[in-house]
Amino acid sequence: MKKYVLKRLLMAVATLLFVLFILFCLMELMPGSPFNNPELTPEQRASIEAKYGLDQPFWTRYVNYIANMLRGDFGVSYNIQQNMPISDLLAKRFPVTVRIGLQAVALGVTLGLLLGVVAGFNHRRAADSITSAVAILGVSLPSFAFALLLAYFVGFQWKLLPFLYSTKQPFLSSLLPSLTLAVSPMASVARYTRSEIIDVLGQNYITLARTKGVGRAALTVRHVLRNVLTGVITVIAPSIVNVLTGSLVVEKAFSVPGIGGLLITAIQENDYNVTFTLAFIYCALYILVMLTVDVLYGLIDPRIRVAKGE
Amino acid sequence: MDKQELRLTPEEARLTGLSREEYTDSNFAGHSYLHEILITLFSNRATAISLACIAVIVLMAIFAPILSPYSYREVHSEATNLPMRIPGLEKLGIFDGTRAGVDQYERHGVPDEYHYFGTDNLGRDIWTRVWTGTRISLLIALLAVALDVLIGVTYGMIAGFFGGRADLIMQRVIEVLTGIPNLIIMMLLLLVMEPGIPTICLALAITGWVNMSRIVRAQVLRIKGSEYVLASRTLGSPAMRIILRKILPNTMGQIIITFMFSVPNAIFFEAFLAFIGLGVPIPMASLGTLINDGYKSAMLYPYQVLLPAAVLSVLMLSFNLLGDGLRDAIDPQMRSM
Repeated sequence: MKKYVLKRLLMAVATLLFVLFILFCLMELMPGSPFNNPELTPEQRASIEAKYGLDQPFWTRYVNYIANMLRGDFGVSYNIQQNMPISDLLAKRFPVTVRIGLQAVALGVTLGLLLGVVAGFNHRRAADSITSAVAILGVSLPSFAFALLLAYFVGFQWKLLPFLYSTKQPFLSSLLPSLTLAVSPMASVARYTRSEIIDVLGQNYITLARTKGVGRAALTVRHVLRNVLTGVITVIAPSIVNVLTGSLVVEKAFSVPGIGGLLITAIQENDYNVTFTLAFIYCALYILVMLTVDVLYGLIDPRIRVAKGE
Repeated sequence: MDKQELRLTPEEARLTGLSREEYTDSNFAGHSYLHEILITLFSNRATAISLACIAVIVLMAIFAPILSPYSYREVHSEATNLPMRIPGLEKLGIFDGTRAGVDQYERHGVPDEYHYFGTDNLGRDIWTRVWTGTRISLLIALLAVALDVLIGVTYGMIAGFFGGRADLIMQRVIEVLTGIPNLIIMMLLLLVMEPGIPTICLALAITGWVNMSRIVRAQVLRIKGSEYVLASRTLGSPAMRIILRKILPNTMGQIIITFMFSVPNAIFFEAFLAFIGLGVPIPMASLGTLINDGYKSAMLYPYQVLLPAAVLSVLMLSFNLLGDGLRDAIDPQMRSM
């Protein structure tokens, strides 16, 4: 187990360094320099460059860059809010995104499990068909379609919930964005749970348990759900990734002041510094999620670490 | 396709004592593999409907812009934000070009025009724009997925067939690539290069091939150990021949299934990139850029965004259902109960 975790950790660090290297190279390639003022004499420019470490060799600057990024010193924004440190830009927005994301995952997984269990135990009945239809819609339809429908009908026409995020009602106005984001995890968890339950119900040990006279409740909880739930974590991982990606769409659609919306603004305003910082943060979050899930799964299911690690 | 009937040979007929006609079994008549797949495919209602939807959308994407009297890029500053108006249906009181009881076509001085899907904020005909956009979205998706197949199949074949150190290194490369979110790779690529149809295809393919190569590699590993490959090898076939003649045809089913699931994915990512402002440049339109444009006035003129979003949704749903159906037909073991 130790070897497996160590290996995954090493891979995660390598990926992160690779991402930083790519971002650093792109920064170098991007045209323009912050010190293009024609009034600067060559001496002044040299002294400014020395001050910011721009006269150092490539690898020294790369190491400095990594150190700065990991310390949370991302530099300043160029266009969005001139000379505002990016960490300040992020400080308020990051919690909003995380909150909506966590709400979405919690909501999606809970609903998905419920739907999946109902469908799985009612295989080939109406409940099953309805759930399957909901699941396939949730998997296939793009997130902005849901964002649009929810914002237009629930928010605008029926006025049940606010369709624009407001800092005055952080909970109420975060419901629609969370709900939109929850659709994808809900659908994939429901699909997975359903087919696993149907699979497990056909296994010999279930027949054995039934023959031995195990009650319906005990059978469901101890024999079926226990075997199904360990696997659900594998589908939660890609769903969290979808939630990360979806946060861009949803934050734009509902005007949420989070990092996804900031990234879109940065792209449109050509603020490279902010864009690259957010790219780094998204990658770091992604790598963290993947690492956690892999390690958790290795803990739960020993077969995985044998297959992947040793 | 001819139905071959299962008939006894004269020798068998003599042995069983039955005449050949009596022993004709048409229920279990022999079908070719393709015929078998087509039968399974069309007996699934969802698949048949989704195939029909795709056919209609593709036909509309090809012909609607040609037949339409309006151009997708011509700006008409006098006829902006017109509501939907469809001949025939307007007599029923729906889609008659009125908003809040006022005939907008009359008001804007174009009483004889019919914009089936209305016009946008620059007076461009949305019907023409939606189908032109579908055309571009489909084109981008198909090109990107074709690149996926090309790269993914080659990579997977090499990694799976030759194995050993090459495979080890190739798998590490894939691990690093999958360690980075697709979206970020695409985004950075489009920031460095100007967004256009070729660059968007490239951005989609640069992340898309990984899945294909994984599936192909797994298939190759499975087939590589089979007896017929061993037999072919024993007879002295070179590696190239084994790959092309023995392994590739047997992985074809999986490649087609993966292809079918990659298309909606590519359509989605194209729209997604457009939505965050990295779509095809104006005046071109894709479904994604149309949704992005329509979003700004979604509450005032919902049809401007709902119509392209609906086409996108139906397209993605149909491709996903078709993929499901194909998987059931080609690989019954993977059938999702």
